[in-house]
Amino acid sequence: MSKPTDSTFLLGRHVDFLLNRHRFKLAEALPWILAIAAFFLLPDRLTFGSQVLIMVLFALSLDLILGYAGIVTLGHAAFFGLGAYTVGLLVIRAGWNEPISSLFAAAAVAGIAGFLSGWVLLRYRGFTLLMLTLATGVLLMELGNLRSDITGGYDGLPGMVIAPLFGVFEYDLYGKTNYIYALVVLFIIFMIVRRIVYSPFGEALTGIRENVRRMHAIGAPVHRHLVVAYTIAAAIAGVAGALNAQTNAYVTLGVFEFDRSAAVMVILILGGTGRLYGAFVGAVIYMVLEDYLAKWSPEFWQFGVGLLLVMAVLFARRGLLGLFEDIGRYISKKRTS
Amino acid sequence: MIGQIANILVDGLAYAMFLFIVSVGLSVTMGLMGFVNLAHGAFAMAGGYVVLTATRYFGVPFLGALVITFLVIGAISVVFERTLYSRLYKAGELDQVLLTIGLAFMAIAGITYLFGPIPQHVVLPHWLAGHIDIGLRTVPTYRAFLIVVGFLLVIALWYGFERTTLGAKIRAAVDNRRMAQSVGINVDLLFTLTFAIGSGLAALGGGLSIHLLGLTPTFALVYLVLFLLVVSVGGLGSVKGTLVAALVLGIFDTTGKYLYAEAGGFFIYAIAMAVLLIKPAGLYGRE
Repeated sequence: MSKPTDSTFLLGRHVDFLLNRHRFKLAEALPWILAIAAFFLLPDRLTFGSQVLIMVLFALSLDLILGYAGIVTLGHAAFFGLGAYTVGLLVIRAGWNEPISSLFAAAAVAGIAGFLSGWVLLRYRGFTLLMLTLATGVLLMELGNLRSDITGGYDGLPGMVIAPLFGVFEYDLYGKTNYIYALVVLFIIFMIVRRIVYSPFGEALTGIRENVRRMHAIGAPVHRHLVVAYTIAAAIAGVAGALNAQTNAYVTLGVFEFDRSAAVMVILILGGTGRLYGAFVGAVIYMVLEDYLAKWSPEFWQFGVGLLLVMAVLFARRGLLGLFEDIGRYISKKRTS
Repeated sequence: MIGQIANILVDGLAYAMFLFIVSVGLSVTMGLMGFVNLAHGAFAMAGGYVVLTATRYFGVPFLGALVITFLVIGAISVVFERTLYSRLYKAGELDQVLLTIGLAFMAIAGITYLFGPIPQHVVLPHWLAGHIDIGLRTVPTYRAFLIVVGFLLVIALWYGFERTTLGAKIRAAVDNRRMAQSVGINVDLLFTLTFAIGSGLAALGGGLSIHLLGLTPTFALVYLVLFLLVVSVGGLGSVKGTLVAALVLGIFDTTGKYLYAEAGGFFIYAIAMAVLLIKPAGLYGRE
């Protein structure tokens, strides 16, 4: 077969690719099938399972701004924490313990905080932006500590009682309800995020990541796009925080800690940024490794996280999924040649 | 009242000097290569443990241990710089952040494995233990010592930075790296050297501060945010800016802790954010 050199042909193929890439592929069902299978196969690990699902959601929200829009933030835990505290304060201080409406409240609070901070902070670049996002998280934690009469300080808000889901489904000891609840919320939000990244808006974000000057030059409202993406990501992170507070039935100032911002970044980098399923792969591997190794020795695990990061930066910059792709491409190349 | 102010001033100055000693190296190396080094706090932490080991297990006098930690950590940092950091000079800040957080995690885990997670104390030599009469009142000798050492380092760094050829080369490279290279300055070598001095100073700061702050493995991350704040508020690559920022943040932090302990670090983070919002490049940074 002769190589097609006709430019219109190539253009047509490219448009075809763009039009088709948002279609669902069979492989996309795999993580969801595995998640459902886990529900039946590992009935005594469901509490842990819902923690994994929550981290997937949190990492997914970071992916939207870090992976797609290219904003490096060290303070994403701020929004996770705001979501968690929205739920906690609603229950403890206002007696409002209906879970679904609390999720929306958490998304709203975190989203508004994301909009306001993003509107101010996203004018900055590089190291300054890093420092400002880092300071936002620390500032919120200090604020929570300052008003410990409301937030409970470092002791947090223990003893939260969450109402049954839809007034029907009680939370059982094995976390069955929690697991399904987290999975459904994750699936709905994932579909929204998927829709966003394949939309023209998502393309614009990728454009900003790849070449912000060019996006300015073609007249794209760069700042507005970034603020919108940041707001959505913050709201999703808020939902993740809210789910975390609901499944654990407590919240402490630890939710704002830098460690959490770092952990979610590790998860995303490990799985692969700028790809929808990177968050899944990263969260599952990270959480399972942590669960096993931390029991053995916490230092060993922390050393392992550090080593993973260093290795990822040096050898697998596109994450595990990127690495798999590279290997797959290498094999198929070998086969054809 | 006067006593209160004097206490705040002495404690604040001692704390500010510690912040300056650790942060100045970070500021210059970041200004020089634009490398976001989140492992800088780990070098300071490691410095504390070198001093601990030298004084407790090898009977080295405190001053000698400080010199040793400067040299040892400086040398170790060169190994890291040549093997790992140098690969990422042209990479984005995300890669730099990840690599250096990774190194910090590994350092924390390694030190916890060796020394355990509990806070470590160093017995001060008797000549640092008591109080010293400075005429108007007495101040703890250790804090006075910290202030004096910090002051001497400020002078030494100012002289080295402003009055020597090496300092001129560093300033030139911070201002315009490509221009410095094109007039024949070996920027890579220069960077390795400043990096080693910076890490050595961080270790020195870590060693000096053991008695002030206590020493645990998490020192590497707990104080990192403060060092980064000092650097960003002062402006990258500016020794003067680092000094001013360290003084402002150090004294404010101490005042806050004396007068309104519940606020913790709230005020200095708020101040730092305000400065950065108004002057994104820091007080003395280049726009």
